[in-house]
Amino acid sequence: MEQTSPSPRSVAAQTIAVLMPRAEAVAIPLGALCVGFVVFSLFLLLVGKSPVEFFALVWKAGFSSAFSWQNTLSRVAPLILAALCVALPARLGLVVIGGEGAIVLGGLAAAVMGTAVVGMPSALGMVLMMLAGMVLGGLWIGAIGALRIKRGVNETISSLLMAYIAIALLNHFVEGPFRDPASLNKPSTTPLVEGLRVGDMSFVSAHWGVLVGVLACIFCWILIERTTVGFAARVAGDNVRAAQVQGLPVSRLVIGFTALGGAFAGLAGYFEVAAVHGSANASLIAGYGYSGILVAFLARHNPLAIIPVAILLGGFEASSGLIQRRMDLPDATILVFEGLVFIIILLSEALYGRLRIFTASFWEAR
Amino acid sequence: MESVDIGLWGVPLAILGGAIRVSTPFIFVSLGECLTERSGRINLGLEGTLVFGAMSGYAIAYETGNPFIGVLAAALAGACFGFLHGWICKFKGVNDIAVGIAMMLFGMGLAFFFGKPYIQPQAPDLPAIGFGWWSSIPQVQAALQVNVLFIAGAFLSVAMAWMFKSTRIGLIVRVVGDSTDAARAIGLSPAWVRLLATGAGGALAGIGGAYLSLYYPGSWTEGVSSGQGLMAIALVIFARWNPIKCFWAALLFGGAGALGPALQSVGVSEGYYLFFAAPYVLTLGLLILTSSPDRAMQGAPLELSLTK
Repeated sequence: MEQTSPSPRSVAAQTIAVLMPRAEAVAIPLGALCVGFVVFSLFLLLVGKSPVEFFALVWKAGFSSAFSWQNTLSRVAPLILAALCVALPARLGLVVIGGEGAIVLGGLAAAVMGTAVVGMPSALGMVLMMLAGMVLGGLWIGAIGALRIKRGVNETISSLLMAYIAIALLNHFVEGPFRDPASLNKPSTTPLVEGLRVGDMSFVSAHWGVLVGVLACIFCWILIERTTVGFAARVAGDNVRAAQVQGLPVSRLVIGFTALGGAFAGLAGYFEVAAVHGSANASLIAGYGYSGILVAFLARHNPLAIIPVAILLGGFEASSGLIQRRMDLPDATILVFEGLVFIIILLSEALYGRLRIFTASFWEAR
Repeated sequence: MESVDIGLWGVPLAILGGAIRVSTPFIFVSLGECLTERSGRINLGLEGTLVFGAMSGYAIAYETGNPFIGVLAAALAGACFGFLHGWICKFKGVNDIAVGIAMMLFGMGLAFFFGKPYIQPQAPDLPAIGFGWWSSIPQVQAALQVNVLFIAGAFLSVAMAWMFKSTRIGLIVRVVGDSTDAARAIGLSPAWVRLLATGAGGALAGIGGAYLSLYYPGSWTEGVSSGQGLMAIALVIFARWNPIKCFWAALLFGGAGALGPALQSVGVSEGYYLFFAAPYVLTLGLLILTSSPDRAMQGAPLELSLTK
């Protein structure tokens, strides 16, 4: 019997047929991002500004030099951790958007702990501060998961309300019980002693929070994709009823995932205090919790995809100041950009499963 | 006007006055959201619509010198945001809650972007009617200064309740909200009804925003709204999708919002920021009390993704 070797052409087609369905999850968000750039360019043209200049400035301020990378990376740590606070509950089908509250309270808890651990070995003090931020953040968002599962309270609304409550609590404590009398113009907690500050990494000019954020993403990816807990979570995210029928511990999964997400947001607050501001004050309310929502949705709640998306968005946010000065545009320009991209990303969700070039059968037929 | 010392009576009076002043945006946003949700769609983006309504209302009132043209502009702008939300949600596989979050960011971004030049100038205020003429106490007279939009909101809540109960339009909205399939079976287009209901809801939220910038607090700043658009959505759940209950709930929320300033006016400044959180705590508390673990909420439109 004569054996016919497969033609190179059909081998290529087979390979493409295997790859294309996987490429869909990358190609559609990338395409949507490009459409977002185009629509935003049209917006800039409408208000009489040059999109070329805009994107050139983003490149210059966000990515072109060591200094601009430092600027970008300083925003990447809180963005990554805030995005995890959205992405983890999202894998269970929950839309939690109040990460800002956990960042703010995590930062406050870390700063207060920082004043209590003075005199202890600094490594122990740092760990205690970090734990304080993570525990409070975890409790804060975990409570949202618990309310959802025990009382049926909509998690989207409760998380946003709790973000407002968290900000009020921060203001109360920073202006009242924990105020450093020396902070006159900007009420703050007592500044951290030098030994408790988090410095830059030795190999990149960015603080250690960036590395911790990246490790957190890898941890979450393994948790979701490679463990039985993650498998149970994915089942519950697809169909809660089916998961319950299967006897999966849906309550514990929901509370656990929301609490873990909250702990990461609290960790973001810790790094903002220990590596950036040096004390807890109103600067903690920087909107990272909200930008993190966009990062998580752009990454389709995939922890590994969060890293590049956070770097991209961090670069855009880092260029805000330069764009204001050079192009005479308001600081809300980045917010308009983010809102537009967000809307277009959500619109692109309608394309999944609709584009035939991403199906295996389309390529196998050639 | 000379101030008369009325002691602690000032607190409930200030809360009443505050409730009337603060509640108007809640009334309009919650009525708008009530209409949208009754059609089976949730629009979480009304916070952004509120802020954009505040900006556009203020800007147009300043440019034309007429606050009512400002209100009209805010309603139009709000309708545009509502239609955009409704149009995006017409596509299959798009999550209406997530679109709401995106619209919230987008609306606020656009409002701050175009509102920058209007932070300084002073636009004309909306007129108020004094219902305190029977009293000689200035605090009572001040508390009973009722804005025309509050009165319009009160009428609107009654009108909307009547619409749901006794009109053809109300029936269509309710059918679409309760069963997409039943609506299709009788020849209605659920997608179009929801689009129109979201557009109309957005217009009402825009009017609520115009009230913020044109009457109370009465100027355009980037902090003009502190989550009222969002609280109003929670309020609709608490009011069980009933327009008249929305009105009363809005008054209650307004009163809670006025608690901090009222206590401050009699010299209680301790924990001022905690009182500032009162409306959020109240909203959350009511949400916890009125939600139910088995998700079968009485009065909820059956097609609402919020309760599914």
